[in-house]
Amino acid sequence: MTTPTESSKTYERRSIPISSRLWWLTIAPTVWAIHFLACYLAAAIYCAKASSPEESMPMLRIAVAILTGLAIVMITFVAFISFRQHRMGAAPLPHDFDSQDDQQRFLGFAAFLLSLLSIIATLFTASVFVFLGACH
Amino acid sequence: MNDRREEQSTSDTQSSNDPAARRLLQAWKTPTGWRYWSAVNNSEVGLWYTLTAFAFFLFGGLLALVMRIQLAVPENDFISADTYNQVFTLHGSVMMFLFAVPILEAISIMLLPEMMGARDLPFPRLSAFGFWCFVIGGVFVCGSIFFDAAPRGGWFMYPPMTTQYQDGVGVDIWLLGLSFIEIASIAAAVELIVGVLKCRPPGMRLNLIPLYAWYILVVAVMILFAFPPLIAGDVLMELERALDWPFFDASRGGDPLLWQHLFWIFGHPEVYIVFLPSIALIAMIVPTFSRTPMVGYSWVVLAAVGTGFLSFGLWVHHMFTTGLPGITIGIFSAASQAVAIPTGVQLFCFIATLLVGRVVRSVSLLFVLAGLATFIIGGLTGVMVAVAPFDYQAHDTYFVVGHLHYVLIGGTIFPIVAGFYYYYPFVTGKQLSERLGYWIFGLMFIGFNVNFFPMHLAGLQGMARRIYTYSPMLNVGWLNMISTIGAFVLASGILVFLIDVLRPKGKQPLVKRNVWNAGTLEWSGQVPDRPWGIRSIPVIESRYPLWDQDDFIAKVDAGQFYLPDAAEGLRETLVTTTVDARPIQCLRVPGPTFLTLWAAIFTGGVFIFGTFHWYVAAGLSGVLAFATIITWLWTGTSIIPEKDQKEIGLGVTLPIYVSGPNAVGWWAMFITMMGDMTAFVSLIFGYYFYWTIHEDFPPKDIAGPGTFWPLASLAAGVAAWGLTVVTKKRNSANDARGFYAASIASLVCAAVGIVALWMGIWQHDMDPTEHVYPAIVCAIALWTGLHLLVGSVMHLYCIARRLAGRMTNRFDADIVNVTLYWHFAVITIAVTALTLGLFPVAVGR
Repeated sequence: MTTPTESSKTYERRSIPISSRLWWLTIAPTVWAIHFLACYLAAAIYCAKASSPEESMPMLRIAVAILTGLAIVMITFVAFISFRQHRMGAAPLPHDFDSQDDQQRFLGFAAFLLSLLSIIATLFTASVFVFLGACH
Repeated sequence: MNDRREEQSTSDTQSSNDPAARRLLQAWKTPTGWRYWSAVNNSEVGLWYTLTAFAFFLFGGLLALVMRIQLAVPENDFISADTYNQVFTLHGSVMMFLFAVPILEAISIMLLPEMMGARDLPFPRLSAFGFWCFVIGGVFVCGSIFFDAAPRGGWFMYPPMTTQYQDGVGVDIWLLGLSFIEIASIAAAVELIVGVLKCRPPGMRLNLIPLYAWYILVVAVMILFAFPPLIAGDVLMELERALDWPFFDASRGGDPLLWQHLFWIFGHPEVYIVFLPSIALIAMIVPTFSRTPMVGYSWVVLAAVGTGFLSFGLWVHHMFTTGLPGITIGIFSAASQAVAIPTGVQLFCFIATLLVGRVVRSVSLLFVLAGLATFIIGGLTGVMVAVAPFDYQAHDTYFVVGHLHYVLIGGTIFPIVAGFYYYYPFVTGKQLSERLGYWIFGLMFIGFNVNFFPMHLAGLQGMARRIYTYSPMLNVGWLNMISTIGAFVLASGILVFLIDVLRPKGKQPLVKRNVWNAGTLEWSGQVPDRPWGIRSIPVIESRYPLWDQDDFIAKVDAGQFYLPDAAEGLRETLVTTTVDARPIQCLRVPGPTFLTLWAAIFTGGVFIFGTFHWYVAAGLSGVLAFATIITWLWTGTSIIPEKDQKEIGLGVTLPIYVSGPNAVGWWAMFITMMGDMTAFVSLIFGYYFYWTIHEDFPPKDIAGPGTFWPLASLAAGVAAWGLTVVTKKRNSANDARGFYAASIASLVCAAVGIVALWMGIWQHDMDPTEHVYPAIVCAIALWTGLHLLVGSVMHLYCIARRLAGRMTNRFDADIVNVTLYWHFAVITIAVTALTLGLFPVAVGR
């Protein structure tokens, strides 16, 4: 244990990499959540305002495709960084050592797993627009 | 046994011979006599909370038995249709709001500090306040059925039935009574989040946290985002019932579906909120009885966080049959399938742990296995009803009743019973009977399956939910009879369990320390447990310190770690950094008080008198509640310590008073305001929701509130916020005159903002009872005005604190937290002004 002799205020603001912050875990699922909401709201508003029920909806599908592409790119980026952090050094799982490095590896691995889950969930959402051609 | 007694008495003599231990014991002593009820320590409050929640569980269970008797045979007349409606409504509401959520908070309040080697949670009085709110609100809601005044609208309270066809006081009891309890739940959530993030023992890094704490962190955050939409919905429905503002009345532009959206945005995460903490108990029990660390720690964290997120993308699957576009149904169906992935991952981790370990037989583990098996069956039927075409057929039938009881009893109640067996020695120092436990397990497990499995079949036969009786032609009489028999077998199991829990165990010897040979910190306590939580706050180097760290318990007992003494006779615990848990503050936590009880009684008065429209009494109660809470804050928070720093042991010196992002109070404000913003976003969602469903919204023939007044309120609000920031800076610069001037100027601006909001409505003669457009504008304006008002009260409080010398440029937590509040308030006013003022222009009105 080192003693925090410096003022505690400056202590937490020391520059540790963003991927060692707790909220790094939430980035990938948050991208899923934004993508999910954007698709849902776009479809809901489009179906309420613009479309007759049986009409096909190319504009909406293009918009969703672009959104999905963006989301997947962002989540993949998070996954890539997280995976690299998990493989840092040659430490095996389960990353349960009492060290700064193992803590970072754990965060990296957990964030990587969450990224995979987010990619699957995002593709699930997008697949609806592939299979359904109209509002109703 | 005698050895154990001797061992105990030696440790007693040890602690009485050690002056440091004596002082520590004195500081944490539980009050005796009638003052016992003024206790705020987590062990007392957690115990009361657990027992109360369990009492409500029994009440809800009795209601279920009444229903099962009524349904045992076709065309039964055991109770009337109206009574049946009250019974099933209360059964659902009690089980969800008064048992499932409170019991998770209760168990967490009791266990979490012990798991983290904290002496207490950061805001003990807040826990006590939440508990008393829960008792008062719960008794009020449950009591209504004895006066034939209980709510009748189902636990989901769908309008227009509840707004136009039920004039009694029942719906108001539900709305106000449960809103009151939801506030208590959010209070506990704030407490638990800050507890997990900031009150861990030194060295307990993110990768060493007990899995229970990960789950509770996720669940508390979920509560924060799930409950506020329901509170917003409750506000709208109460406004419709009390003032006739037509939010859900289709004839005046409202829409009942808005309620369904708001309710299920809460309601679906809610089922995960009650399920995950029970899974968290399993995550503690399984490694202990497998004698091996949890397999796939990171995977379980993924499961907790992933489930927490995905569960918010499922709410529309409760609304598949409301005529929404197929594409919307598809999106939510997909998410409902996706959530099975993280849910499944954690089950595989538990099974893997049991496989690699050497399993020790115990009743606790039996209930865990029962829970897993049952939950898997419920999960599979869940995936079935997530498929929309199947749901069209199964919706509102007993198939869904079967499904939800499998997931809730399998995923929540069996693990909680397992937790009772596991943690009973931790709380009382005695053990529940293992032999009786096998009988209880048999009765409950068999009774449960006999009770609920036939419901799937009855549902597929076409038996509808929420009916007080059915025709013999339906040919489900025999299935219902089997269900009823099963219900009584299940109930007999719970009864025997209850007897075993409550029977006096005076003659029974105390269990040995760490009776299950567990590896986590909460088992380091002596038997019987001391009120101090832990003798000295240890340094953690492993996920299972009791297994892996040498001489751990001996060092803790000898006071060789942090804070082994209470030299000033005050209650203290450590605050650490969020990621790697380095100690940053020695936090003084408050001791026993009756203020929290009074605050809860008066707050309860506001809601309960409001139910019966006794507005004078409610107003008076509100004034008293306000006065009590201010007294509580004034005397118990941000106290300027007698010295700046304190030596906490091992040569570490820490500050006693901290403000800003390192302080627990700042975090609490931040988290509370996140919840507040969620409720506000729900109201704004309502505004735009009406726009999507109407051709003509805002309506052409209803003017207001114009653009000028909303933008004027925005200008005033931004000025008030800017002046608040100036106030904080002036305080830091110790410029008293500047501080008071800026603070008063901010007050004036806030008042101008409120008036401007009101002027926009008043100038255009907007009548909220006429149409939903003026109603939603008034509701949003009311919400925002209230926030400006609260911000003004906070300024007055800070002025008073500084005048009284309780706030200085160095000890500035009050104004720092008020500034944080205003950061959120300015977002609220901006969104309000831009929506009300500019959106009508944008759509060409």
